[in-house]
Amino acid sequence: MSKQTIIELRGIAKHYMMGSEGFYALNGIDLDIYLNDYMAVVGSSGSGKSTLMNLLGCLDYPTAGAYKLKGTDVATLDENALAGIRNREIGFIFQNFNLLPRATALQNVMQPLIYRGLALAERKQRASDALAMVGLQDRMTHVPNQLSGGQRQRVAIARALVTEPAILLADEPTGNLDSSTTIEIMALFDQLHNDGQTLIVVTHEQEIAERCHRVITLKDGHLMSDHANQVSVKPLVSGIATHV
Amino acid sequence: MSNLKFKLVEGTRSAALSIFAHGFRSFLTTLGIIIGVASVIAVVSVVQGFSANISQQFDGMGTNVVNIESYTPRKERLQGVRAKLTYDDYLQIKYRVPGVSDVTPTVRMWGSNAVITYRGQSSSSMIVGTASTYQKLNTVYPERGRFFNLSDDKSRRRVAVLGSSIMSKLDIKGDPIGQHVAVSGEWFKVIGIAEKRGKLFGFDQDDFILLPFSTTRALLGGAEEPDITISLQVDEPSQLGQVKQHIKNLLRRNHKLDKDADDDFEIATADQMLDTFDEIIGSTTLVLGGIVGISLLVGGIGIMNIMLVSVTERTREIGIQKALGATRFDILLQFLIEAVFLCLLGGLIGLILGFGAGSLISNLTGLPSATVPAWAIILSFGFSAGIGLIFGIIPAAKAANLDPIDALRYE
Repeated sequence: MSKQTIIELRGIAKHYMMGSEGFYALNGIDLDIYLNDYMAVVGSSGSGKSTLMNLLGCLDYPTAGAYKLKGTDVATLDENALAGIRNREIGFIFQNFNLLPRATALQNVMQPLIYRGLALAERKQRASDALAMVGLQDRMTHVPNQLSGGQRQRVAIARALVTEPAILLADEPTGNLDSSTTIEIMALFDQLHNDGQTLIVVTHEQEIAERCHRVITLKDGHLMSDHANQVSVKPLVSGIATHV
Repeated sequence: MSNLKFKLVEGTRSAALSIFAHGFRSFLTTLGIIIGVASVIAVVSVVQGFSANISQQFDGMGTNVVNIESYTPRKERLQGVRAKLTYDDYLQIKYRVPGVSDVTPTVRMWGSNAVITYRGQSSSSMIVGTASTYQKLNTVYPERGRFFNLSDDKSRRRVAVLGSSIMSKLDIKGDPIGQHVAVSGEWFKVIGIAEKRGKLFGFDQDDFILLPFSTTRALLGGAEEPDITISLQVDEPSQLGQVKQHIKNLLRRNHKLDKDADDDFEIATADQMLDTFDEIIGSTTLVLGGIVGISLLVGGIGIMNIMLVSVTERTREIGIQKALGATRFDILLQFLIEAVFLCLLGGLIGLILGFGAGSLISNLTGLPSATVPAWAIILSFGFSAGIGLIFGIIPAAKAANLDPIDALRYE
């Protein structure tokens, strides 16, 4: 079975200066991410998870190494081009949701489409479709603080999906959620995976990692392990996913 | 280009959302601009209205009218010396200067003489003795009755033309024509009421009494000859310079002035007065403009301050927007548009308030009605937008240059 490579990291390193001392947050990472991967990135704090996340999300430049996203060497692109890549290819999901506080759910989901240059009517259409997909069609005019944690994260997921990105990057997506909401969100992720979406989930929670189909472990800026998970089909969770 | 237009439209949309989300704060932020623009417009509208009115009055006078008054330098006045124009000067000009007509002497009654009485009611007023040609030179025409004529003057008849305000001041009831009023103890028959002219700078222009010149002169009598003003019309405007020179020579000779002595009189034309007036208006506008400019500057600094606070406050939002694909330019434009929008909004509110204040001032003080010239409106908006641009650029650049990772992590 041939798998289409979406991301190709070769010898990626990220060096930081902390005061007068320098250290490597990432040191020689080689990694391939394939289409429809459902991958967890685990590791203790300080292992380089966040740095890898920022690099994969094109928010930062590596100090050394090559990063190819769908064949494009993004390490050589300028800031504006990176902004374009973030807009088209990356969907971010954050631990603290990071919604625009004064904007309604609909406006939040429409926001990335502004940078794509879409007209208002089309933005509305696509944003409401995305919100309907995560089950929030009747919460469109609510502002974030009128929504529950789970609802906010689903707005964030809709916002990440509305641009039809190549990869979905979730950074501790359930870190601020209770356990039942966590199950809902993970079910949603499962569903997205089944629909063909490529997902990368950074987490330190074992249960979350176990649901992913591939787990990579980072330690002190090195890739320690990369293995496939034997995930059995979970009909119960899929059932929830269709309801939420 | 269409891309930029799209960004401008979207930027304006988001600026409006953000401004109205913090309505009260936005209002306070723009207060400096509002006050600045409101004062410009109030001042300009009052001054312009005033100036338009003055020009109109001067137009009525005609530009070829010449006024001659006595002039005493301050130093000599302190020594008790007073220059004077006399009846003889008037006669000399009337009969010896060619190319002039309607030569009109005017004498004013001052102090205890300037009191009028009617049925026990006393009041002071501007009492002027003049010739029948006064009405032509000063465009004061009777609304009722008649003006005095040459024969009234020759035979020193005790007749008077009243300004319309005198009627209410003295509480004259019924038809005033034919009634009598006492001026400095002597009875005068009212033969005419002048047309109403209204108020100027709170000064009632209808508070006067006109008497025939010779009657007034006789009334003042006494040992000392009164100081008079002489007005005349130059027949040919192109001859104005020559006529002025002629009058000057004649008066100097009449007053026996030495060659190196200064004139003890002033010859002014309506044109000159208008020029002087324009100069005063111009410099007043300039000074006020400077003050207002400073207030707009202060307002601009206020805007910058709040925008800087707003950028800090919205650091995380900026991080989110960058993560979602906003470029540096998108963020720069967003904050710049917000600053300009805020200033223009302030300018608009200021414009409305300023015009309201100007109209109110005009109404309360009896000034002519306020007018706002188009250039003042354009200038106000241009200035507001410019201030938004200048003082918005630093906060906007600060926002645009935020590192997305740091911004997202900002608490």
